[in-house]
Amino acid sequence: MNAEVTAAPTAPEKKEFWRWQENVWVDETKDWKTAKIITCGIDVGSVSSQAVLVVDGELYGYNSMRTGNNSPDSAKNALQGVMDKCGMKLEDIHFVVGTGYGRVNVPFAHKAITEIACHARGANYMGGNGVRTILDMGGQDCKAIHCDEKGKVTNFLMNDKCAAGTGRGMEVISDLMQIPIAELGPRSFDIDSDVEAVSSVCVVFAKSEALGLLKAGYTKNKVIAAYCQAMAERVVSLLERIGVEEGFFITGGIAKNPGVVKRIEKLLGIKAMDTKIDSQIAGALGAALFGYTLQAKKAA
Amino acid sequence: MIANYGYKDGSGEYYISIDTDKCIGCTADRACLTACPKQMFEIITDDYDDEVAWIKKPNCRTLAYDCADCKPSGGYTSLPCMTACTPGAIKHSW
Repeated sequence: MNAEVTAAPTAPEKKEFWRWQENVWVDETKDWKTAKIITCGIDVGSVSSQAVLVVDGELYGYNSMRTGNNSPDSAKNALQGVMDKCGMKLEDIHFVVGTGYGRVNVPFAHKAITEIACHARGANYMGGNGVRTILDMGGQDCKAIHCDEKGKVTNFLMNDKCAAGTGRGMEVISDLMQIPIAELGPRSFDIDSDVEAVSSVCVVFAKSEALGLLKAGYTKNKVIAAYCQAMAERVVSLLERIGVEEGFFITGGIAKNPGVVKRIEKLLGIKAMDTKIDSQIAGALGAALFGYTLQAKKAA
Repeated sequence: MIANYGYKDGSGEYYISIDTDKCIGCTADRACLTACPKQMFEIITDDYDDEVAWIKKPNCRTLAYDCADCKPSGGYTSLPCMTACTPGAIKHSW
């Protein structure tokens, strides 16, 4: 026998459709060297980590990146990224507050504060003192928060038992559809008629259901729309438990997905407040602002 | 502040709410700590430096099961935690 043996084709490079945009930003119009108080908030979440610098009570810069498998390293890397951008050193920062899932693992933090209080404070800064209801759609949990005009929490609930209605769920669908995560929202509107929400409340089953819909002849856009609708319905039921007041603000990565945001607005009959600041940094920003208050008290 | 601890899953909503305004300066001598047979309550210092009760983190994800002994399917008239909390800070959603 003279069979010809050929090498198996190499596997195509695996694209990471779920990978969202990491950002580093510094306000070039400000000079941190002339500041009296520099504080930092580090939000180590289950999916993303952010470091925010606040200079004399104003947002100065931030770094938003994916959380690695080690919380202390994620915190260090996030902070290093923004410090490198503006030439700052850790010794220049007066107060560091850790928040998020990995808040107790920020080695250089002076204090740890829960992400619930930090998101409320951050949303108050980003949306103004009219913010009353905050929906934080994080990587692996979802929070509904009420706050007063100063950004102090008055009511909250959190669902971190299940990934439905979270960023991780959206990442799963992005990979399944092989469509970059940033395109999911806009594509969910590119359909002929409204679709019913995916009925499963669990991400794993929702993925199976989405596969079934594709096999049944649904277009990718229709499946994405069905999933966005399911996420919206899921978080709205969470919000309704504490009630929704005017001054509705959405934080977290999903706030960048119009496919979910517009559907939430439609279900609630309320428009979410706009902001020019990256919604993903709300927790770290709130932590840095808490740090500013604490440092100012200490200095007084 | 109303703090809701618990979760919602495919089987229902399971939240225990604690009104921290009623919990601060507890007039029941923190009776919830010993009243709960599963010892789910704990006193912590919250983000605003107030000493209040909360539900221990592991219990927040298993409330439906943890509270089952106090909520028999045949019905119940009172719950130990709510009875012990005379300021009325504790409520169950189910």
